[in-house]
Amino acid sequence: MSNKLIDLQHISKAFDGQLVLDDLNLYIRENEFLTLLGPSGCGKTTTLRILGGFEQPDKGKVIFDGKDITDLAPNKRQLNTVFQKYALFTHMNVADNIAFGLRIRKKSEDYIRDKIKYALKLVNLEGFENRMPDSLSGGQQQRIAIARAIVNEPKVLLLDEPLGALDLKLRKDMQYELIRLKNELGITFIYVTHDQEEALTMSDTIVVMNQGYIQQIGTPEDIYNEPQNAFVADFIGDSNIVGGTMVRDKLVEILGVRFACVDTGFGVNKPVDAVIRPEDLELYALPKGAEKGSPEYDKVSSKAYELNPGYFEGVVTDLIFKGVHYEMDVEANGYTWLVHSTKMFPVGTHVLMNLDPFNIQIMNKPESEDEQAVTLNEM
Amino acid sequence: MKKFFTRLYVILIFILLYAPIAVLIAFSFNDSRTRAKWGGFTMKWYVQMFQDAEIMAALRNTLVLAFVSALIATVLGLMASLSLNRMKKRKRTIVLGILNIPMLNADIVTGISLMLVFIAFGQFLSQYGYTVVFGFGTVLLGHITFNIPYTVMSIMPRVQGINPSTYEAALDLGATRSQAFRKVVLPDILPGILSGFLLAFTLSLDDFVITHFIKGPGFDTLSTKIYTEVRKGIKPEMYALSTLLFAGVLLMMFGIEKGRNARKKSQQYH
Repeated sequence: MSNKLIDLQHISKAFDGQLVLDDLNLYIRENEFLTLLGPSGCGKTTTLRILGGFEQPDKGKVIFDGKDITDLAPNKRQLNTVFQKYALFTHMNVADNIAFGLRIRKKSEDYIRDKIKYALKLVNLEGFENRMPDSLSGGQQQRIAIARAIVNEPKVLLLDEPLGALDLKLRKDMQYELIRLKNELGITFIYVTHDQEEALTMSDTIVVMNQGYIQQIGTPEDIYNEPQNAFVADFIGDSNIVGGTMVRDKLVEILGVRFACVDTGFGVNKPVDAVIRPEDLELYALPKGAEKGSPEYDKVSSKAYELNPGYFEGVVTDLIFKGVHYEMDVEANGYTWLVHSTKMFPVGTHVLMNLDPFNIQIMNKPESEDEQAVTLNEM
Repeated sequence: MKKFFTRLYVILIFILLYAPIAVLIAFSFNDSRTRAKWGGFTMKWYVQMFQDAEIMAALRNTLVLAFVSALIATVLGLMASLSLNRMKKRKRTIVLGILNIPMLNADIVTGISLMLVFIAFGQFLSQYGYTVVFGFGTVLLGHITFNIPYTVMSIMPRVQGINPSTYEAALDLGATRSQAFRKVVLPDILPGILSGFLLAFTLSLDDFVITHFIKGPGFDTLSTKIYTEVRKGIKPEMYALSTLLFAGVLLMMFGIEKGRNARKKSQQYH
């Protein structure tokens, strides 16, 4: 897990004068499941194509296993790709598709037969040797594409949005299938997707990209719980991102209310962004007509105070049932908060809203224009 | 009643379309030399035709010409299609448009233009002591020229239908560029190449007008042979020859159509 297998150094790439990758630096460890995640046009597919050898970077180097492979042709690289639309050879049956790479390498027919059998077993499609690709479902075609790639025993498997064309249920199944495959094969997977949920489920490491820059590299937990900027926070799951001021260490003022938090080292009275996940907001219903200062009100507010010595007061303006939880909009202090809760608060309920200090994620506000460009609100 | 008239109408159209050919075919088996009366069934015109050295030379010329011109036009059409496919859309549309014009052009205009080009080229070459001889060479060049748009027309849709990632997938699996092209791209466009070749072969086979202007004396294809013979006087062998030409073209068209249907069917199955 520790060896640097692939090292991308200062990669830049432009198409028609449009910069797609700008000085990208990234290393990939042996045996890692690494996901390049980002919206379309963020440069993730271009990165993968540079790894596969289908594009040449304008600047920078690709180091593979200690060797510079920047100018090496795709057919000379020890990696195989699973393409977005499978790219099966439609005039060949499944067995010939899988055997393609082995026949090019002039392996014996016995060896090839064994390998086909093994690969089909691995992707749960035993007995499909003589089927034509067009007669298979999307999910089956995808499995064949994977089988065709892995029989060549690559050190790295590149997967370009391989589940993009499948329906939701199948996509979930294939996610587990891919994790199982990765564990059985013990090779490195580099996965490209724009689906944050897919990335969180499967990856060891997620690389969030936008506009040709890497926004954040980290484990799924890191990325979800501690997004480093507003773009990552916004792209990974729903979140409330609000401007605020770091009054001092462990105290932040958001929309005029002071909350305890756990972040330190931002300085005194510094403008910051706060990220608050919708499931972290706690709601406390106020009894109808309870005025501020009334005993009924105080009873609720003191309960809220226990969690964090600061709270918002607002009104539920929208309510949707989502299966596991309710999704609500709460209008408070001039901001519409997205709240997930297993408890239902009907539209019109007056609520107090609060959260654990631990659940407030403070981020630096972008200062330079360059940073600003990176965190554009594309969503 | 309505159905009856609909049928009658269709039958009338087909009679009008096919009557001339039917008459021609009938006369090719007519034992009598005159067209006025039916002298009984005979195959002798066919026998005589096959014994006529000039006709056989024309048949050989026609087949060689059709094969070679179709082959060259198909190769050029394939190359053109592959490069056109990599052009930007706007540029490609313009080039394809220009390519289509000769197909709509009247044969006689094409024929005369080609003749003038060959003459002009011959005059240019004569300064250096070379000459252009009208004959097989000029006719071959002419046929290749008018066939290219048709081969591009049949190959282009196939080339455009290629999934670009199958080529990359082949490279990814270790194939060299030429292996990837031969094993993956070519089989995908092969049906287009075949139908383009057959179409070019057929067009070359039954061309008369253009050939007439660029063939020069002493060289004949079947169609020009028929024309010169019929001008001299009625020879029933010519009916036999025309029937044979018609049958040949019909067979080719049948082959093209069958190839198309087989493809459609195989697509439905999967």
